[in-house]
Amino acid sequence: MLDIQTQLFDAQDVRFGPIDHETHPEIESKWTHDAEFMRLMELKPVRPLSPAMVKKQYESIEKDMDESKNLFYFTIRTKEDDRLIGKAVVEWVDWTNGNGFLRLGIGAAEDRRKGYGSQALSMLLRYAFGELNLYRVTAVVPAYNEGAVRLFQKFGFMEEIRRRKALNRDGEIWDLVSFGLLNSEWREQVRA
Amino acid sequence: MKDVLKGKLVRLSAVDHAELGKAYAVWNQDSELTRLMDARMVSLRSAKSISDFFEKENKELSPVEHPFTIRALDDNRLLGDIGLYVIGDWMPRDAFVGIAIADRNDWGKGYGTDAMKTILCYAFTELNLRRVTLTVFEYNPRAIRSYERSGFQHEGRSRGALFRDGKRWDMLYMGILRDDWMELKQ
Amino acid sequence: MKDIYRGSLVRLCDESPEVLAKAFLKWDRDTEQHRLADSDPAQLWSEKKLKEFIEKHAEKKSQSFRFSIRTLADDKLIGGVGLWVASWTHADTWLGISIGDRDYWGKGYGTDAMRLAVQYAFIELNLRRVSLGLHAYNERALKTYQKVGFKLEGRMRGEGLRDGVRYDSLWMGILREEWLALAYAEETK
Repeated sequence: MLDIQTQLFDAQDVRFGPIDHETHPEIESKWTHDAEFMRLMELKPVRPLSPAMVKKQYESIEKDMDESKNLFYFTIRTKEDDRLIGKAVVEWVDWTNGNGFLRLGIGAAEDRRKGYGSQALSMLLRYAFGELNLYRVTAVVPAYNEGAVRLFQKFGFMEEIRRRKALNRDGEIWDLVSFGLLNSEWREQVRA
Repeated sequence: MKDVLKGKLVRLSAVDHAELGKAYAVWNQDSELTRLMDARMVSLRSAKSISDFFEKENKELSPVEHPFTIRALDDNRLLGDIGLYVIGDWMPRDAFVGIAIADRNDWGKGYGTDAMKTILCYAFTELNLRRVTLTVFEYNPRAIRSYERSGFQHEGRSRGALFRDGKRWDMLYMGILRDDWMELKQ
Repeated sequence: MKDIYRGSLVRLCDESPEVLAKAFLKWDRDTEQHRLADSDPAQLWSEKKLKEFIEKHAEKKSQSFRFSIRTLADDKLIGGVGLWVASWTHADTWLGISIGDRDYWGKGYGTDAMRLAVQYAFIELNLRRVSLGLHAYNERALKTYQKVGFKLEGRMRGEGLRDGVRYDSLWMGILREEWLALAYAEETK
């Protein structure tokens, strides 16, 4: 039976929301100045951005969403005070083959370890599998991001690819790991 | 993993064109600063004209350009700017570095050296370059000494490349290799 | 410095958009070739559209290096190979190859072109590793890539769907140190 009552964008403590072009650039600008966070979130070299540059990026994201139709970008906010705490993305959706990539991050260290990431991933998976009808999703994670590795493992993702020594950061060489989850596997979990 | 944008006295932060334009309009009034840094004739331009210039220059975030502002860690004050400019489309793994600590009251306090130390760590452990290059004017001994302390070695000079105060001056080339830098860290 | 564009059976070269468009027009008709090389739906573009597409992508990009492949024996244009640098800072590149002309399959031409491209990645682009993906049903490619020195690094389950059949993709990589060991071994033979 089709359940349209259960909200797609509401979890216990957090919700998905759109980009707020007025208030979010300042917050995100702060995250980009935290190289520890950026090194977990991005493979590209860390680059601090001014609120003006963040605003430009937001515009480019919304343009991309509109034109390519294979990008779905959500902001993660606390339900209590609607504060921006992170982002959750389904991207590079290949419609013919039914697959897509997931990415999410909680920007400020004090907002982590509170279960927000799990709630966000739960919503993102329901969206990818129940609304976008993907056959499978992939998450690419640097081996040094132990928090992300644990999160995806908790949700039943399987390690599918280990690109050996693919990353060079902080004077060390690291593997880049690709995790995958099938729609059928997710459905099993949700039923259980 | 290390916060590679943070030093001991300063941190590297974003370039905001409007803010930097305003700051430069004030700093440019000190011709001693500008004559130490700029090989072209120094001039005075409005804050708007400078920030428009920065905005146009940095319209797209080019993967070969990594400009930062330098801020004091204790009070977040804007001290100057520093940047890495990758050479040869990445192939040689080399970049030019340029730095300015703008207010003369902030000179000689270790801000410049700390900013340089921070950006070298960024160059060698985030951009994974093999070397960093810089040019410095012969008549800027304070900067030359600071670069030597940071581990740069003299590599050559472009004789008479600068022309000021009726005299010819040399442009010095200095460089630091990743291997040199790793040894210094020990 | 040796000529890194020249192999033993093929050479890497550049072609005008006109020549390439004509070649693609011909190769596009072979859907077996397309389904081996590509995961996008097979499509039939006009020569005009192909030329525009090629011209647009020929604009200098600092991250992509595409070559055409011609035989040394009779200078025949048989396919293309490309490198897309995933990250200069991590020094890793994607590699993609397709021999459009099926008369040149299984005869060592692809292997030779791969070797040239991998060499270019390591000694001219100074990268640390080369990565690639292939459809699990492309057995000839798997053998070729293994011969060139790529190691299997994983399998993406059900990445593609064709004719109602779900298939996996395989992912491989070669590290600079692995390649150096091979190259030296080759030269001393």
